[in-house]
Amino acid sequence: MDISIIIFLLGGLFLGWSLGANDAANVFGTAVGTRMVRFKTAAIVCSIFVILGAIISGAGTTETLGKLGAINALPGAFAACVAAGISVYLMTKAGLPVSTTQAIVGAIVGWNLYTGSTTNIKVLITILGTWVLCPVIAGLIAMGFFTLTKNFLLKRKLHILRLDAYTRTALLLAGAFGAYSLGANNIANVMGVFVPISPFTDISISSFFVFSSKEQLFLLGGIAIAVGVFTYSKRVMFTVGNDLLKLSPVAAFIVVISHSIVLFLFASQGISNFLQSINLPSIPLVPVSSSQAVVGAVIGIGLLKGGKEVQWGIAGRITIGWFTLPIIAAIISIFLLFILQNIFNLSVSF
Amino acid sequence: MFGLKSNSLFSDTKKLEREIDGFVDILSEVGLVFKSVVPTYLNHSANGKFDEMVEKVKEMESKADKITKEVEHTLYEETLIPDARSDVLRLLEHMDEIIGMYQGNCYHFSIQKPDFPKEFHQDLIDLTDTVVNCVEALCLTVRSFFRDIKTVRDNGHKVTFYEKESDIKFSALARRIFDSELPLDQKMHLRYFVEKIDRICDQAEDIADEVQIYAIKRSV
Repeated sequence: MDISIIIFLLGGLFLGWSLGANDAANVFGTAVGTRMVRFKTAAIVCSIFVILGAIISGAGTTETLGKLGAINALPGAFAACVAAGISVYLMTKAGLPVSTTQAIVGAIVGWNLYTGSTTNIKVLITILGTWVLCPVIAGLIAMGFFTLTKNFLLKRKLHILRLDAYTRTALLLAGAFGAYSLGANNIANVMGVFVPISPFTDISISSFFVFSSKEQLFLLGGIAIAVGVFTYSKRVMFTVGNDLLKLSPVAAFIVVISHSIVLFLFASQGISNFLQSINLPSIPLVPVSSSQAVVGAVIGIGLLKGGKEVQWGIAGRITIGWFTLPIIAAIISIFLLFILQNIFNLSVSF
Repeated sequence: MFGLKSNSLFSDTKKLEREIDGFVDILSEVGLVFKSVVPTYLNHSANGKFDEMVEKVKEMESKADKITKEVEHTLYEETLIPDARSDVLRLLEHMDEIIGMYQGNCYHFSIQKPDFPKEFHQDLIDLTDTVVNCVEALCLTVRSFFRDIKTVRDNGHKVTFYEKESDIKFSALARRIFDSELPLDQKMHLRYFVEKIDRICDQAEDIADEVQIYAIKRSV
């Protein structure tokens, strides 16, 4: 493989690392922050299921990102990923909880603008719409789960210690599901732009199993996310678990499961097909923000408790992130594309 | 799996549940023994039955101490109930103090042998019954905290009720003692015992108040 291809892929891997460090913390943050699950346990489970989710169910959201803008040259894809990574880093430094999702969408639009490619407005509106829907759905699911769980626990009268044991197990299972959903939904952010220009070739392991070039890319992205989880997510997990909002372990579980369901809904081809088959509007397969899903779920629980505990400041800051991060990513993307094209003399599109 | 020993988690949980239940049982049983200790002392202070009862209370207190240490050890070693661990341990320690107060009362009766005239016997027995009822209500409150937080408030209310009853009985008995013709040193000596028994209720009420706060913290 050409060394330049490896260098360009590093852009995606950098973004993957950033996703593992930041977004993955949303999955296990409350569990680790409340010390219900050990960091090592969380990191191992998270890594395995992120990779599985990316390989098995990552195709749907990737297709949508591809429709937004099919970056057709490796230097272009590299610039988009690095722009997204830098903008996520800048926003995180500024204390704004953001996701790679918004960044990569902004970066792709930046590529479209720079190269004169058409941005599919319909797809863009769908993506932007889901960013609003995502926290709302997460909040509604959390409210439903919270009410059900509260009534269930009042009726079952579980001993505090048994409830603790069940909650730990539930958090681990919900976290595994969340990691799978994150991998499925967000792998598009990391590797989506490389799919049309994948440097890999399909590998036939037997006549029944073919490891496609796309799956190889997703495996690579998944590993980058896992590295991010192991190397940098611990601090973020404790921040999410302790600073965002004081949650009881049961409420933490509800947040994780609601967030996971939302990510899964927006990544599941099966559910989308099923809804279509019974003549219901299908769910668009779009990469959504795990941070927004978590905050949506937390706000949902807070509202059920009367709304006093809701940290409206954080909600406001996330809303600012929705608007500013894609714009910053687009600007950085254009700037990087300019440098690659004019200083390094590389083709950023064909 | 992955550092989370699931079998060990559930077996530790069941063992701890049994130990905590056992601890509350001891508190309740010590009260029931104490309920008999006072009339036994008043009627037959010289015979061996009283000493047997004091010895029984001492054994139960040691058992309770052992359980407290084991529970503390397991909760920290297995990092169980991280959100409520300190509350649970504080609760056990404070309940252990009640067992210690029962034991202390028994020892003081045994060592100082207060001379309660017959006219005060029934009042002292009534006060002791109220105190034991108060601690029984506390046991229910604590059991509610562990299993059914919805009933914590109701049971906690009973503790408050018995504590007030105890205060009334203590005041009435103390007044009768000081209104009597007994010498002042004896009056002071008897008042000391009556007050020490009544203090158990104050401790029980403080714990019941704590439990109600813990229950609010425990709500989902």
